[in-house]
Amino acid sequence: MSLHAPEHKHSEHAHGHGEGDPHHHDPGFWRGYVFSTDHKVIGIQYGVSSLLFLLFGFGLMLAMRWQIAYPGKPIPIIGGFLEAALGPVAAGGVMTPDLYNAFGAMHGTIMVFLGVVPLGFAAFGNYLVPLQIGAPDMAFPRINMASFWSFLLGGVIMLVSFFIPGGAAQGGWTSYSPLATMIPTNGQTWWIIAMVLIITSSLLGSVNFIATVIQLRAPGMTWMRMPFFTWAQFVTAFILLLAFPPLEAAAVMQLADKVLHTSFYLPTGLMAGGNLVDISGGGSPLLWQHLFWFLAHPEVYVLILPAMGIVSEIIANNSRKPVFGYRSLVYSALAVGFISFIVWAHHMYLTGMGTKISTFFQTTTMIISIPSVIILTCLFLSLWGGSIRFNTAMLFSLAFLPMFGIGGLTGLPLGFNFSDIHLHDSYYVIAHFHYVVAPGSIFALFAGVYHWYPKMTGRRMNELLGKLHFGTSFVFMNLLFFPMFVQGIAGMSRRMSDGGASYMVTEATADVIGRLSKAIIDANIGISTAAFLLGLAQVPFIINFFYSIFAGEKVNSDNPWEATTLEWQTPTPPPHGNFATAIKVYRGPYDYSLPGAARDFVPQNEPVRS
Amino acid sequence: MEIPFTTLPRRDTGLYNAKLGIWLFLASEVMLFGALFSSYILLRVGAMPGAWPHGILNVPVGTVNTLVLICSSVTVVLGWAALKANDFAKYRKIQLVTIACAGMFVCIKSYEYYDKFTHYEVVMKDGRVIDGHLVAKEGGGGVVDGRRQPPEFIVLHGVEFAAELKAAGMAKVPLIERLEKQSGHHLEHKEFRIPWAETKRVQNYGPWHNTYLAIYFTLTGLHALHVIGGALVIGWIWGPGAAMWKTDPERYTNRVEVSGLFWHFVDLVWIFLFPILYLL
Amino acid sequence: MSSNKAHSSHDHHQKGIKIYILVFLALIVGTIITVLAWKIHLPTIFLTVLVALVIASVKASLVAGWFMHLASEQRMIYAILGFTAFFFLGMMFLTVWAMSDVPKPIFP
Repeated sequence: MSLHAPEHKHSEHAHGHGEGDPHHHDPGFWRGYVFSTDHKVIGIQYGVSSLLFLLFGFGLMLAMRWQIAYPGKPIPIIGGFLEAALGPVAAGGVMTPDLYNAFGAMHGTIMVFLGVVPLGFAAFGNYLVPLQIGAPDMAFPRINMASFWSFLLGGVIMLVSFFIPGGAAQGGWTSYSPLATMIPTNGQTWWIIAMVLIITSSLLGSVNFIATVIQLRAPGMTWMRMPFFTWAQFVTAFILLLAFPPLEAAAVMQLADKVLHTSFYLPTGLMAGGNLVDISGGGSPLLWQHLFWFLAHPEVYVLILPAMGIVSEIIANNSRKPVFGYRSLVYSALAVGFISFIVWAHHMYLTGMGTKISTFFQTTTMIISIPSVIILTCLFLSLWGGSIRFNTAMLFSLAFLPMFGIGGLTGLPLGFNFSDIHLHDSYYVIAHFHYVVAPGSIFALFAGVYHWYPKMTGRRMNELLGKLHFGTSFVFMNLLFFPMFVQGIAGMSRRMSDGGASYMVTEATADVIGRLSKAIIDANIGISTAAFLLGLAQVPFIINFFYSIFAGEKVNSDNPWEATTLEWQTPTPPPHGNFATAIKVYRGPYDYSLPGAARDFVPQNEPVRS
Repeated sequence: MEIPFTTLPRRDTGLYNAKLGIWLFLASEVMLFGALFSSYILLRVGAMPGAWPHGILNVPVGTVNTLVLICSSVTVVLGWAALKANDFAKYRKIQLVTIACAGMFVCIKSYEYYDKFTHYEVVMKDGRVIDGHLVAKEGGGGVVDGRRQPPEFIVLHGVEFAAELKAAGMAKVPLIERLEKQSGHHLEHKEFRIPWAETKRVQNYGPWHNTYLAIYFTLTGLHALHVIGGALVIGWIWGPGAAMWKTDPERYTNRVEVSGLFWHFVDLVWIFLFPILYLL
Repeated sequence: MSSNKAHSSHDHHQKGIKIYILVFLALIVGTIITVLAWKIHLPTIFLTVLVALVIASVKASLVAGWFMHLASEQRMIYAILGFTAFFFLGMMFLTVWAMSDVPKPIFP
């Protein structure tokens, strides 16, 4: 008996390009491309908007890097525009400390909540998870659409907040109270409202993902036959489902502090500008930090797990081998998801926590590195003895491995509370988590774009431009982030709008311990140059992305990479409803180079011959 | 294209999609309210000795509201049981009680909110404190230079005491009771006509008044939003959405079940809210 | 009762309704006990909190177990709620622990 509804009949293989399911009327432009409930359209909507947010967030950082390297000098090219758009905070095209703080807060918020998470989880997940498990769509297509529009509305509010009087939020992406509450502008209020919408969006999304994976797997798609990418998305969805609500609660309370003048996070006797603040008091600033990091640490795994999923698919496909230790990968991902909820206070060692609780969180932090290392090791070992195809997607995936390795290993000194005392809030921290997220997650996401582009459009991206994009990005990423480790160990703090220049050693302060040497400060210029060049390195990608839609090399098969998983067994691009015929799964996800098989790959829906 | 298992359960999980969906949603709701309960505990434990107020809320009213919500919870499940037994007319009648209970709950809650917003604490310049309900605001008012002007007099019905008495800590006892104990005589409830010019600070018992009221309004406000949202959904299914009973009775029954699960959760949250906010 | 189902299913149905009514009565009694316990002012705060929370938990279990049918639900739901309970307790317990484990100042 087919588990699919029996009245769900398909016509012959709709092998055209974009013809859609002939049982359905053409939904028209608005229902087909804008207010669509098709998971693939929503995935692409998420993808395009989050790529734009990533570009914008990166642009914010470029402006900040200019200010760090050349404090007080007008920003070239966009300086005049900033002054015209934002007014006195960018007077003369120079970035004021207030604007620096706003850009910093928004860079973090946009990159995390509007860039990497929506791209890795919502975009790739939406497009691929139903295809990989052989489902016709998400379990709740309309909720899926609501999720995207809630996300976009949140993003727009976030962007509009730049232009309100006083500008965007300035309290950092962590929005610690009382600082974030006491800044006398409305930016934080807008930030909170936008965040509540974004949180709502990811809650709707994660309910949908979990229900889809549990309920809509095709016949034969048992749990241990799911591709690792789907497993990673499944765990990610659980993390989002259970970690985001506490931040929503925290945001509601911060909104009340801001708008209703309550004192959830404001202690008794709080002073601002030398005056006692007129509040009832009795609140706790640490409460915000606990609730925030209860989300924000699991959020790190939301950033990295989809990336690991993408990399494992691409490595298996391009090394023509099954991934090494599939079950270890799955169990490790589950372990990461579990433990990620009980490590959060390692962000708070310096808040005056006691030694017992510090030791607890230090221990769990060390434990969570074990499954992460297992995943990374399995991916490395998957390369052993493979006949590797070095296409752009594979190059990005290969680069992901050592980059994530550097990011992960440099996290260990931050997880130990004694070494964290020195490194806390320094550039070392910035370098550490950017290694995880930028050359880590974002490289994996680039790899995913190159890899699945042919399925989404029916055309390949240009390999030459792709390799140019990869090579330059790889070099400049490392030139950008590696020196920050050195700066951080030397004691350079984050969030200084002059890049630490005011702490530089001078003749008058030559014997003051802890001053920053000139070489450390001058490294800022080199780092900023690398950042600008990294920006230039994205040009080939942008050109490639749009050019290939119209003029890329057409694929001559539905399965151009000769892959085993189900998303490649559909027409290209997949029509509404996905599969041309009812699909049934007979084997695991990575049957590459099976001994005795006719080809070096066997799709999951190919029956086992006995 | 049709999504499988929208109505009938999948064999290996035994669930239809919406039932799984609502449980996942409720799981996230557990974390949402859980975070607020944690905040309540931390704020309360972290409060200065004696600063956590007691006896601000009206327990009989709260008890009635608890009973109202329990009634609505049993009618939801009885309504669903009636549908399961194919008795649509009975479902219609029983579910009407649910919707009425929801409306009653919201009305009683609004009355409690109103009571807090008209309850004032006035600190006089000479150090006296007058605590009572608003009777009237006299004179003044109007808008000058875009700012609302205060009234000339504020009339309260309540009690008067010295500020030092209020500050002295004696937790677990309601304010008035404890003041009477401390001052050794009965505090007389009467009407005070207070000239605005002699006041130092006039504040009602809104969320800004203290952390207890802040968490009280946040928890009950969020809960009330859930009640309103749930009642709207149940009402829609009961009214305009009932056409589905004729076309797809099984799916309709599922909808009633799913909305009922949400409603029970709302009831469940209140079961904890009532003791921690009203009694402890 | 105008049920047109088979007789055994009808009995089952009647039994279900009986349980709902019993749970309903138990909830009402629980509420009344809670309020009475509050009225008599138990000797210690600990006892007051304990009594109130124990009764609330019992009431909540009744609602979850029978109104929400958790007493006889599918394994998948138990798994999901098990995760949730784990994370919920982790959040409660660890934040409270972290807030209470604060070193005492060395200087008075």
